Amino acid sequence: MNPARGSLLGIEHLEASEILRILKFARRMNPDRPRPLLKGKRVLLLFYEASTRTRSSFEIAAKSMGAHTILIQAIGSSIEKGESLLDTGYTVRAVGADIIVIRHPNAGAPYIMAQHIDVPVINAGDGLHEHPSQALLDAYTILRNKKTFKGLQVAIVGDIFHSRVARSACHLLSKFGVKIVLCGPPELVPDIASTLAPGVRVTRHIEDALRGSDVVMLLRVQKERLSGLNIDLPEYVARYQMTPARLKMAKKDAIVMHPGPIIRGLELTSEIADGAQARILEEVRLGVPTRMAILARAMGRMR
Amino acid sequence: MKGAEKERTSLLIKGGHLIDPAARIDAPMDVLLKDGRVAEVAAPNKIKGADETFDARGLIVAPGFIDLHVHLREPGQTYKETIATGTAAAAAGGFTSVCTMPNTVPVVDSVEWIEWLRQPERGAVVNVFGIAAATRASKGATLTDFRALHTAGAVAVSDDGKPILDDRIMREALILGGELNFPVVQHAEDTRMTENCSMHAGARSFRLGLRGMTAAAEASIVERDVQLAMQIPNARLHVAHLSTADALKSVRRGKRAKARVTFEVTPHHFTLTDEDMRDYDSSYKMNPPLRSASDREAILAALADGTVDAIATDHAPHAAHEKEMEFERAAFGITGVETALALAITRLHREKRIPLARIVDLFTAGPARCFDLRGRGSLVRGAAADVTVFDPKKKWTFDVAKSRSKSKNTPFDGWQLTGKVVATVVGGKIVYSA
Repeated sequence: MNPARGSLLGIEHLEASEILRILKFARRMNPDRPRPLLKGKRVLLLFYEASTRTRSSFEIAAKSMGAHTILIQAIGSSIEKGESLLDTGYTVRAVGADIIVIRHPNAGAPYIMAQHIDVPVINAGDGLHEHPSQALLDAYTILRNKKTFKGLQVAIVGDIFHSRVARSACHLLSKFGVKIVLCGPPELVPDIASTLAPGVRVTRHIEDALRGSDVVMLLRVQKERLSGLNIDLPEYVARYQMTPARLKMAKKDAIVMHPGPIIRGLELTSEIADGAQARILEEVRLGVPTRMAILARAMGRMR
Repeated sequence: MKGAEKERTSLLIKGGHLIDPAARIDAPMDVLLKDGRVAEVAAPNKIKGADETFDARGLIVAPGFIDLHVHLREPGQTYKETIATGTAAAAAGGFTSVCTMPNTVPVVDSVEWIEWLRQPERGAVVNVFGIAAATRASKGATLTDFRALHTAGAVAVSDDGKPILDDRIMREALILGGELNFPVVQHAEDTRMTENCSMHAGARSFRLGLRGMTAAAEASIVERDVQLAMQIPNARLHVAHLSTADALKSVRRGKRAKARVTFEVTPHHFTLTDEDMRDYDSSYKMNPPLRSASDREAILAALADGTVDAIATDHAPHAAHEKEMEFERAAFGITGVETALALAITRLHREKRIPLARIVDLFTAGPARCFDLRGRGSLVRGAAADVTVFDPKKKWTFDVAKSRSKSKNTPFDGWQLTGKVVATVVGGKIVYSA
């Protein structure tokens, strides 16, 4: 079965024009001025993995459009008892879900769901694969600060291998001709990462990544996903931590982004996190209107 | 029983084109089968007076196909497959003999289980040869009783599904196997490097966010094993489902050094690559995984130049509920006995111009040599009356709904293929006809 119309499974296969349509609609959305676009609809938030930002953001987005939200987490539900992904999907569909928002530790889980369940499925992060709503809100943040994608260079520094945020960001920015420089040690940034999309390049040197960059996106070292990889954290800090001195290597008006959660003292210092160039909380803020647009699109109300 | 034994029936396979590579025959020939043996092979119309005649005009007649690597799931996992259903599927694929892997529940690691596999109650329609576990319960710690298992009729030992990882255990297995002329079959995977991995490590796995099994995880084990086989007198190493160019290099080196190293490749590894999987479809998930295009090219070259010893399917049935799930959690393995010949003809013969005789060799004499299956793999007088008759030009579409296997986990459903089995004869009896 093909995914239901309005599903958002990833950025890779999304047209650039559709991305712009979502971003344009997101600009019109404001959670403080509720619009009942999803009045009476049921949005199922199916979270197999911990989340603060994404979950609350989807929840607020849905509620500000008049939808009911139902949160199902792995712990404390039938999932814990061994119910399969699809059976959970069939169950929430039978209960009356109009949209399923799913966060899952396994790559591709939203695809499996969307192939079997006839309501729109929104990927809220699947394993190491994609995190499309994050890429869209990051694009929104970049456009608010830089006006256009034209001529931009974005450095993404940190644990690319384990990052669905990085994969989605590369796909999205590449569609608009943005130059993308991935930076980190080989364990976290394998050479093969440059094959992800046109315009993506890999470097081991932070100066190389920062020089000429308009946006510096930092990623957390995902200790919980390393599974056997031995990363020398002090060495990582010495070579890649974002500090005020390093940030000077980027363009003067460069902005610093981070999908969170941030770990102060590891991938960035407090001066950076709280500094004038940081847009970390702006990203979180823009997450809500972006997700309003995503949910409205799921119900065919993005007009 | 007595009455049945006395019943003498003969079957004449008439008018076909016989390809018997071991006997160096590639010509129109009639084959007479009698009392479970090959009674006579002769030029057309020379043989008269059989009880039954099979008209093989326009068809290829070959020694019965042998699959060195199947999972029939018995004992213990009959919801996936049984010896009856798995061998029925094998017969439909032209296989007259299959060698079944011991990673069952419980593991086939004793004489009792090897004998159990052969009991008539199992309902096998083709010959079933048991491969015994190399270590107790395939835990990799203590060797099984090779001598007793060999005497009981096991054709090889293997911990398939898992590697024999420990250097010392592998060395001991090859030494003991060498003394008994008993092949040790290795599932070459350094599992210390493949934890949580679900496909080949490459651009595609990176893009999909799936942890990848590196080619090195296979090649390092094959290299070690080939080194051991070169050092240990008479050791017999058989590498199961070889899938990487690097592992192939080690095997080539071993063969050049006259070590007794054989290996098999699967139809899916010579047909597909890691780029072929779409939308996290777990019917493309198997172990070893689909590899890169350059690995496949290396395997195709080895098939063409005669290095490969056998095509084996690694037929690995799984129930739908073990496959229709998150890709990373889904079971490894696909079914394969019904599509093997057609994939070989379609991909190797028609596309790569590998002669039919070479393909027949890879299904017959090649595998028979790997495991010393005496009296099989060639239709010389006195050999087992196992024959595969196929139409190398027949176009057909594989429909998994019609599969005889209990399980439907295949990436080849709906594929248009060329080359179809017309009849499968085991012990002189037709057990499958299209």
